[in-house]
Amino acid sequence: MNSSVKIDDFSLRSSSLRIGERIIRGTLFAASAFSVLITIGIVWSLLVPALEFFRQVPVMDFLTGTRWAPRFKPASFGVLPLIVGTLWTTTIALIVAVPFGLGSAMYLSEYASDKTRRRLKPVVELLAGIPTVVYGFFAIEFVTRVVLKDWMGLDVGTFSVLSAGLVMGVMIIPTVASLSEDALSAVPLAMRQGSFALGANKMQTTLRVVFPAAFSGIAAAVVLGISRAVGETMIVALAAGNKPNISSNPLEGAQTMTGFIANAALGDSRVGSLEYDTLFAVGLLLFMSTLIINFISIRLVRRYREAY
Amino acid sequence: MTSDSQGLSRSMHLGASTRGETVHPIMELRNLDVYYGSFHAVRDISLDVGANQITAFIGPSGCGKSTVLRCLNRTNDLVPSARVTGVIDYRGQDLYAATVDPIEVRRRVGMVFQKPNPFPKSIFDNVAYGPRVTGMKLDKSETADLVEHALSKAGLWSEVKDKLDQSGFALSGGQQQRLCIARAIATSPDILLMDEPCASLDPIATSLIEDLMLELVNDYTVVIVTHNMQQAARVSDRTAFFSARVDDAGQRYGHLVEMDQTSKIFTNPSDSRTEDYISGRFG
Repeated sequence: MNSSVKIDDFSLRSSSLRIGERIIRGTLFAASAFSVLITIGIVWSLLVPALEFFRQVPVMDFLTGTRWAPRFKPASFGVLPLIVGTLWTTTIALIVAVPFGLGSAMYLSEYASDKTRRRLKPVVELLAGIPTVVYGFFAIEFVTRVVLKDWMGLDVGTFSVLSAGLVMGVMIIPTVASLSEDALSAVPLAMRQGSFALGANKMQTTLRVVFPAAFSGIAAAVVLGISRAVGETMIVALAAGNKPNISSNPLEGAQTMTGFIANAALGDSRVGSLEYDTLFAVGLLLFMSTLIINFISIRLVRRYREAY
Repeated sequence: MTSDSQGLSRSMHLGASTRGETVHPIMELRNLDVYYGSFHAVRDISLDVGANQITAFIGPSGCGKSTVLRCLNRTNDLVPSARVTGVIDYRGQDLYAATVDPIEVRRRVGMVFQKPNPFPKSIFDNVAYGPRVTGMKLDKSETADLVEHALSKAGLWSEVKDKLDQSGFALSGGQQQRLCIARAIATSPDILLMDEPCASLDPIATSLIEDLMLELVNDYTVVIVTHNMQQAARVSDRTAFFSARVDDAGQRYGHLVEMDQTSKIFTNPSDSRTEDYISGRFG
């Protein structure tokens, strides 16, 4: 204590003088407000043309119609073929991504040594860094032509939802694997020890204790995979084709919601025309679907979150 | 063992019951060494664990008592760098023999941990977990009976019998720890290891667990690691005092100073280091 310094003024400074703090607070608020405003802007720009569309095409006709031919005369705006196409590619993608993603997550988190994990995880995550247009070509040139046609001898055309779905599944493996691995690794070691101490083996411990404990994180990972599959555009635009098709055969091509938007947006629809507004109606539907999926995800995460 | 002598030993705050006088070893540790990588953490431990007794391991932090405890059911195997040499003779077999399956060991030697670690399952499923994974073929009512038996043994039945389907996390810390004890005894282990089971509990929950240990020792062999010397004195029959020292290369390691009847360790230890520790002069 330096006794030569004396405090003469005992009045306390007003808190309003902390200007720096207020500026920082304001700046940070602006940053978060900006992203909220942009989201509102996007919804608004989707909503206005979409409402214009629905003034001319009844919502029920849109949602339940089975023929999608917006550019033909007479035009038909039944969106079900696009929904079916999206369901096909998404389902096939999940059939690939969930087992492989969860399998590699379990291996990395529970079985691999530290060294193996440190080397393998970045490699798995690398799959996520490949541009989707490259995946698209991979689907047409390799999966459709070589794997499905030559190796498996399937009667598949140039475009098929099977090929697009398989490759999209590969694309979302890292999303499912990486996030699930995080969730599994976050389960406290004490819980595994408790299981081992009761004479459980590794697989029992992984499946019966660690997996349920990490369930909310794993559900979130799978749901994020679903949103990516529903929203993925390039792979389906290239590999699934652009023919709207309600088909029960995955070897046929079909157009998805994203595929239609990518295709039609490249065309020469006049701004304000019905064809132009169609894009936004499908865009709104797509936006609503991912919104619902995210909402379900949040509910799942809350419902199964374990407070360990 | 009568309840009178238990009451007496507890009122004296000494575990000086007749149980401590004669030892029928169920486990004999001979020249046990534990390494973590190149670190020689625990050196040359030889001691006997008496059947149907409570054996306490006490000593300052870093003296290796928990490490030795974890050798008794081979949970050290779960640490990739850990290596154990020496012999642990359990009913005539060496626990660390190459042919012994550690999972088999853990089915006979149960463990309760420092922090309650219930599974993210219902109370019922927590207790039924051990019997299920160890392949005990039980039908529904047999499982229910076993769960009730284990929870009653752990003194938790009356508190949870109406909410068996609730999550184990919904219980208080002391109840969770008794749930973990119930879980461990549901597989009918031969020996029960407890690694500072009361370290995260309040005094009331602690005293419940201590009463429980005195009950359990009628059927099981109990080995407890504790930082609480009063606890060791209250419940245990025999006490092993571990300490840490530094070798010529400057490496700190744990070793066994002495082991004896608890009453002797706490009143008349043969090693002055034990006396210093007991009387609070170090550690």
